[in-house]
Order: sequence, then C-alpha cells, then structure tokens
Amino acid sequence: MKARRRLLNLIKYFVLALPVLAVGCGREYPQSTIDPVTRDFGPAIQDLYMTVFWWTMVILAVVWGVLAYVLIKYRARPGGPAPQKTRGHLGLEIGWTVGAAIIVVLITIPTVQTVFRTQAAPAEDALVVEVVGRQWWWEFHYPADGVTTANELHLPVGRPVDLHLRSGDVIHSFWVPRLGGKRDLNPWVREPDASGPRVNRLAVTVVEPGIYYGQCAEFCGPSHGLMGLRVIAESEGDFQNWLRMMRTAVAPDSGSQADAGREIFMRSTCVACHAIEGTNARGNLGPNLTRVGVRTTIGAGLLENTTENLVAWIRDPAALKPGVKMPGIANGGGGFPATGLSEEELAAVAAYLSSLK
Amino acid sequence: MTMSSSHGRGAAAELYSDPRGWGATIWSWITTVDHKRIGIMYGCASLFFFLIGGLEALLIRIQLAVPNNDFISAETYNQLFTMHGTTMIFLVAMPMAVAFFNYIVPLQIGARDVAFPRLNALSFWVFLFGGLYLNSSFLFGAAPNTSWVGYANLTSAQYAPGANVDFWVLGLSIVGLSSLLGGINFITTIINLRAPGMSLMRMPLFTWMTFVTSWILVTAIPVIAVALIFLAFDRFYGANFFVPTAGGDPVLWQHLFWIFGHPEVYILILPSFGVISEVVPTFSRKPLFGYPIVVYAGVLIGFIGWGVWSHHMFTTGLGPIADSFFVASTMIIAIPTGVKIFNWLATMWGGSIRFATPMLFAIGLLAIFTVGGLSGIMHASAPVDLQQHDSYFVVAHFHYVIVGGAIVGLFAGFYYWFPKITGRFMSETLGQWHFWTFIIGFNLSFFPMHFVGLFGMPRRVFTYPEALNLGDWNMASTVGAFIFGLSSLIFLWNLARSAVKGAPAPANPWEAPTLEWSIASPPPHYNFAEIPEVRSRDPLWTVPVPLSQTRPAEEPLMPSPSVWPILTAAGISLTWILVMTGVWWVPIIGLAWTAICVYSWAFQPAFPAEAH
Repeated sequence: MKARRRLLNLIKYFVLALPVLAVGCGREYPQSTIDPVTRDFGPAIQDLYMTVFWWTMVILAVVWGVLAYVLIKYRARPGGPAPQKTRGHLGLEIGWTVGAAIIVVLITIPTVQTVFRTQAAPAEDALVVEVVGRQWWWEFHYPADGVTTANELHLPVGRPVDLHLRSGDVIHSFWVPRLGGKRDLNPWVREPDASGPRVNRLAVTVVEPGIYYGQCAEFCGPSHGLMGLRVIAESEGDFQNWLRMMRTAVAPDSGSQADAGREIFMRSTCVACHAIEGTNARGNLGPNLTRVGVRTTIGAGLLENTTENLVAWIRDPAALKPGVKMPGIANGGGGFPATGLSEEELAAVAAYLSSLK
Repeated sequence: MTMSSSHGRGAAAELYSDPRGWGATIWSWITTVDHKRIGIMYGCASLFFFLIGGLEALLIRIQLAVPNNDFISAETYNQLFTMHGTTMIFLVAMPMAVAFFNYIVPLQIGARDVAFPRLNALSFWVFLFGGLYLNSSFLFGAAPNTSWVGYANLTSAQYAPGANVDFWVLGLSIVGLSSLLGGINFITTIINLRAPGMSLMRMPLFTWMTFVTSWILVTAIPVIAVALIFLAFDRFYGANFFVPTAGGDPVLWQHLFWIFGHPEVYILILPSFGVISEVVPTFSRKPLFGYPIVVYAGVLIGFIGWGVWSHHMFTTGLGPIADSFFVASTMIIAIPTGVKIFNWLATMWGGSIRFATPMLFAIGLLAIFTVGGLSGIMHASAPVDLQQHDSYFVVAHFHYVIVGGAIVGLFAGFYYWFPKITGRFMSETLGQWHFWTFIIGFNLSFFPMHFVGLFGMPRRVFTYPEALNLGDWNMASTVGAFIFGLSSLIFLWNLARSAVKGAPAPANPWEAPTLEWSIASPPPHYNFAEIPEVRSRDPLWTVPVPLSQTRPAEEPLMPSPSVWPILTAAGISLTWILVMTGVWWVPIIGLAWTAICVYSWAFQPAFPAEAH
C-alpha cells in the first residue's frame, strides 16, 4: 500500500513537472488542484484522479495508435487492390464492448468508494465553521467561540474541521483547491423538518501550515471573478491566539488620526453594514471588520491590505469591484447614499481600520 | 454521373433564383416550403450566428490574454460569455445539424420532401426570429448575463432586475419551439416517407442519427420549456418556483435544466456521429463496420442520455447515494460511445483511404473527440469532478467534445455534401488550409485550458490575479483562438467562393453508396423523378446503374409555397416578446395574430389548385 502510494506520488510529480517545465522552472501555482495539503479529502481525490488519468491515457494510446496505424497502412495507393467489403465481426464487437465495460467497472469501483469516503460524517470533535457566501465575499462564523470574520478562514492544523456551507443570496461554491474539491453554497432556507438552515458540509483536516488561495467557483453575478478567499492554516496555538484576539476589543490611542477615523466610522453609514467587536458597530450586511488590520487582503482577496488600498476602496469600491453593495464617497451603492467623506476623513477611516490589529 | 452534363455551370443559380428578378427571388425564398431551400437557409443562418459567436469568443480571449486585464468590463464580459455559449449551442451547433437534416435526410430516404413542408418552414422562421431577438439584446446593452445555464436564483427578479434575463428566457423559449417542431417533422418523415424497400435497418446512418436526435429533441425540449416557463412566471408574474426565501428551490432549476441539458449534448453530437458514419465508409471504400452495432449504440446513447443529468451537479450536495448512481450511469454511457469509435476505426481497417477534406475532418473528429471523451470520464468520477467542475478543465473538455466532435463532424458534412447541394466542389486547397489551421488553432487554444483548470482557474471569471501564474497559458489560448478564428474565415471564404467558382461536380463525386448521390447535383426541386426502390444498405454500391436520373415526362406534384409559415412564426415570436411587458393580457395580441395566421394556413390548399 505504501509502495503504491509512493509510486502514485512519483507519477503525480512527473505529471506535475511536464507543464511546469513547459513554461519555465520554479513556477508556483497557488491554486493548484494537484497538490493537496489535507489529510484525507484532498489526497483521496488526487489519488483517484491519477487512477482515472492513467486509464484514460491507456485508452488514448490505443485509439491514437490504431488510428495512426490504419492511416499509414491503409491509405489509398494507385493500382491497389479493391478493399474487401467486410461488414462486421461479432467476436471483435463483443471484445471491445466487454473491454470498455471492464475498464469502466475498474474506474467506477474506486470512484464510488471515494464518493462515500469523501462525504463521510466528520469527527464528533470537529471544529465547526459556518461559511456563508454573499455577493461577493465570504463570512466565516465559529459558533463555539462566538467569533465572526470575513474572507480569511483561519484553521488549526491537524484538527478535523466541519464546514457548514450555505448562501445568503445566490448560489456560490467554496473552492480552495489545495484543500480538496469544491462544494456549493446553496441559499436553502431551512431543512424540510424546519430544524434550521439546510447546509452542505465539507470535512477537511489540514496537515501543512500555510496560506492557501481559493475563490468562488459558481457564477454568482457581476463580480464573481473577484470573490476570492484565503485559508490561513496555523498551529493550534496560533489559532487559539487568533480566536482570543478576535474576542477582545482594540481601540486606537485617543487623539490619534485613527481615533478620529473611529469617530467618523461610528457616525457614518458604515455601521449599518459592518460590525467591529467591542464597539457599537453591529451591522451584519457586510463583512465583519473585527481586527481587519491583520488580514492580508481586502475586498475578498482583491487588494493587498495597505492603508492606501483601504483609502482607494472606501473612496470608490464599485470602481474596484463592479456591482458591490457598498457606497463610495461620491456614488451610492447597495441602496445606501454616497458617504460624502472628505479626503481627510477618508484617510482617517483607513487609518482606523489599519489600526485594528 | 452522366447527368452532370445536363446541368452546366450555374445549375444552382438557375435552380434557386426566379427569372422575374430579385424581388421574385426573395419572395420565392420567403415563401418556400422546399426542404432543400430551408436547409440552405438553416445553414446560412447558423454560419451567420457562428461568426457572431466566434467574435464573442475572440473578445473573451483578448480580455483573458493577460491577468488583471481591463479590455472590457465585468458586465460586458458576463454578457459575452453568456451569449457565446447560448449562441454556439442553440443558434449554431443545433441549426447547423438541422440544415443537414433538412437537405440530406429526404434525399437519403428517397423522398420528395419532408412530411410537413410548411411546418418545416415555420420551424426555420421561428428559429431565425428567436435568434435575432436574442441577439437584439446587444442593441439595448442588455444581453443575457447569467451564463448559458442560467442558474437560479441568480436569474430571479431580485438578483437580475434588468431586461438581460428576459431576453434570455423568452428568446430560448422561441428557439426551443423551433426544435420541437423540427423534431416532430423528422420523426414523421423518417417513419413514413422512406422509399420502398428501405427498411429501418437499411437506413443510412446519418438518417438514423437524425431519427434518434429528433426523438431526443421532442422529449428533451419540453423539459427546458417547463423550466423556462417557471422562470418566466417567476420574473413576470411574481411566482416563486426558484425563490428560496419564498419556499422555492433554486436546485430544482439545476435538475430541470440538466435533464434537458445532458440529452442536449447528444442532440449536438449524434448528428456528427451520423456524418462520420457516412464519410468514413465512403472514403475508405468499405461499408460501415458493424452497422447494427453502430445503430444500436446510437439508440442506446439516446436512452441512457436521460439518466446521467446529475453528473453536472456533483458539487451541488445531493449526497453520496445520488452521486454514485450518476457516476455509474455516466460510466455506462461511455461504453457505446467507445464502441462507435472502434467501429469507425475498424471500417478504415483494410480499406483504401482517400484523404480528401471531408475525410480529413472525419479523422480529426476521431482524434480530437476522443480526447474530450476521455476528459469526460475524468469528471464522470464524482470526487475528481469536485476539483474539475466549473474550472477551465471543464471548459477544455466540452470544447473538445462540442467543437472537436459536433462542429468538426459538421465541417466534414459541409465538404462532403457541398457538391450535392451546389453542383460544385469546395476548394481542396483551401480545405487543407482550413483543416490544418483549425487543428493548430483549436488545440493551441483549448489544450492549455486543461492545465489552467488543474491549476485552479474557475470558469466564467472576467479576470484573474497575477498570483495564479496562469498568464502564459492564457496567452497561448488567446493566440490559438485567433488562429482558430482565421481558419473559420478560410472556411467561410471557401464556401462563398466555391458556391460561385468551384469546379463542377458530378452526381456522385465521392463514389458514395447512399441514395442522395443517385440524383443530379444540385438535385431538381422534386428530388427523385421516380421514387427508387431500395434493395440493400448501400444501393449505389450494389446496383450498378444510378436509379433516378432521367427527367420525368411530367413533373411530380410538389407543395405550393406559402406565406403563412413566416407570418405565423412572427406571431409566435411576438407573443413571447410581448410577455416582456409584464402585463398579462398584452401577449394576447400576439396570440390573436398567430390564430389568424394558423386559420389562414389551415384553409390554404397545400398543393397547386390546377392539380385537382
């Protein structure tokens, strides 16, 4: 079993190497589907893919081989004999029908096994994270810890995770290729027995710490292409620290630019949609901004999280993300009027958000 | 082949124009009920839409050539990819196949026309009006923008308030009606109008595949009609079939759409399988290997195609039992497809293969379609599909299947039957150029998409970040797309030029075995002076003298032209378009018009009055 696994890995890197060699060395594909970092879900899919891949290569070699042979051997030659008008051969027909059927069975058996394996119930003690897709960002809620964040999913390495996926508006699909396959977020309202919102579930256990890229994989409107996310897989200790941080309030020094920004934030329409832990901002239509300063990106994986980018975003979000439901300083959005912030106020708000670390 | 001399240069021009002038000529086309003229019109319309859809594809490829491109806006991009898919499937691949159904099937079965000639004209005009209406949305800046699958609830009035989705739901309803009518017509024609002696198991394979396709049309189109009507009620009259907050279920749309959508795949591919099954034997000078098996495989595909739809929904969350069922059914359908490939190879085995352009494209299909079929097996494996679904891997797959299968097969059909239709050959030189630029452009465009998908690029995104490192692959695809575009222009130029200047073709230029080659090229409007009697599967190979080449003493009685099909089509289209107003009684105006036209149609004699 172990030898087989090693062989599959070898083959995997061989296949992986071909395209990499083709475009130059050292390329990294942060959203690659063939380089899983999870314990079960990702590798199970990857192993199955390699099994199917090699079967299809065998079939392709046979078909192309026979085709090439036929084209060379039986091309028309001047003065050649008239072909025999063969109309068929029962034995051959049965042969390739049965042959195809056998290959199909050999693919179907491991497929069905993997279907059940990848959809098995998650461990009892799995960390539950509720994932809600919205046009065009992600909400992550950790019910056991009362923590909510957006667009960057923190996960502890080595602990089973049970993602509960649903949508707040239209259908989205949660896809972080290096964790494994995707699963849709449906806007179902409730289970048939009315026991709460009906969710899709995805069970993963990340084994390698790192930052993994993902994005929405079901077309969901104008900015579908800009609905990115990051998974930040960290050690259990770092993860617990992060949870603790998310539950404690942080306030800028009074009199600072950031403090002025906080005041502007709290008296503007910002609070209608955004929440920040430990403040009066409790909106839930937009991303929760608690400790937004520690996020690596803003706008759902759109821009690097710098103060300048925050300024650009708050000034005119629709210019950066078509259709976004957030007003800019001059243009309304999402049913809200323009914020009308001055450049000075803009800089202050950005400074405030950056300070939330 | 003796007949060709009596049709000199310009035989087609003579046949298809009216000596009384331009006006009369146009009128004769508008009112025609001749299956050959309708076939030509279907062909021209589908090529027109092919140009539009191709242009959309090139704009898409420019936008994706480099990361973070802002060549076009997200909104424009979403309209372009939606219309590219919708156009290529409903307005190109399907009607292009129907063009051949129309022109070739009556000739292959030894008939003088289809069973319902005026209904046939109605099908065409409904299709044309529906296609033009769909594309007219560009003029309002409101082209459909929710992808060709139009997943609910993104298409609901709440999330798609503009007219974009209105154009889509109503336009597709109109076009779908055309397919339904066409399907009924061809089933009836093939069952009832076969020449004496042509038993079902003597029918040419192209006719067989038309027969199977027509059954799928007649059964699958109503399913999407139901889905579209639900959606129309949701949007215009406040129903909630797909609105989750009101108790509806958006996943219901996915089921309905794919119960239609997967049989649709076979609607696209089976006609091409039919073409290949004619071309391969003719150019190998051997009868089709295992004729009954190829027929049964086609019929089987038609049936099993109904039981595989949820393999488009492996990520939806249907649970492991449903997933496993659809894995198994999908795997099963790979068997008859594979068997067909082996039968074509066996037909060539031991033959004497001539590499004329029709055969080049047939060989191209065998080579390229196989790649698409095999990547299909990959995502038929549900867990693997969780990675590949809605990624560029799937985009690569279905272009290999639909372009590399359906369209390449129809290209073969164009080169094969062009001499029959026009009495002239297509240029072999330009044909070779078309073939090789196509092979290079197509593969350069779509093969890299496998990698782009494996490296995590989802489809339907208007741009992608530089960090994904996919710029080079995408640039290769873009370059390939432009070479593909060039090859298509060569093809269209070849068609246009050869129609006027091509070398004159005899009745049976390829020494093919089926009945359509027993009559003059182009065929007279009554097709067969005398209905032939059929004694074998390949009559022209077993009977030494072609059967039906003498001019009859008295011309056979043919149906009269009628203006009512086009006027009825206008009424039907108007009815749907008026639904856009959202006021329930307004479409009744269109219905009234339609009723008047149908009434006049019913009382117009089908044949010229003097015949009685």
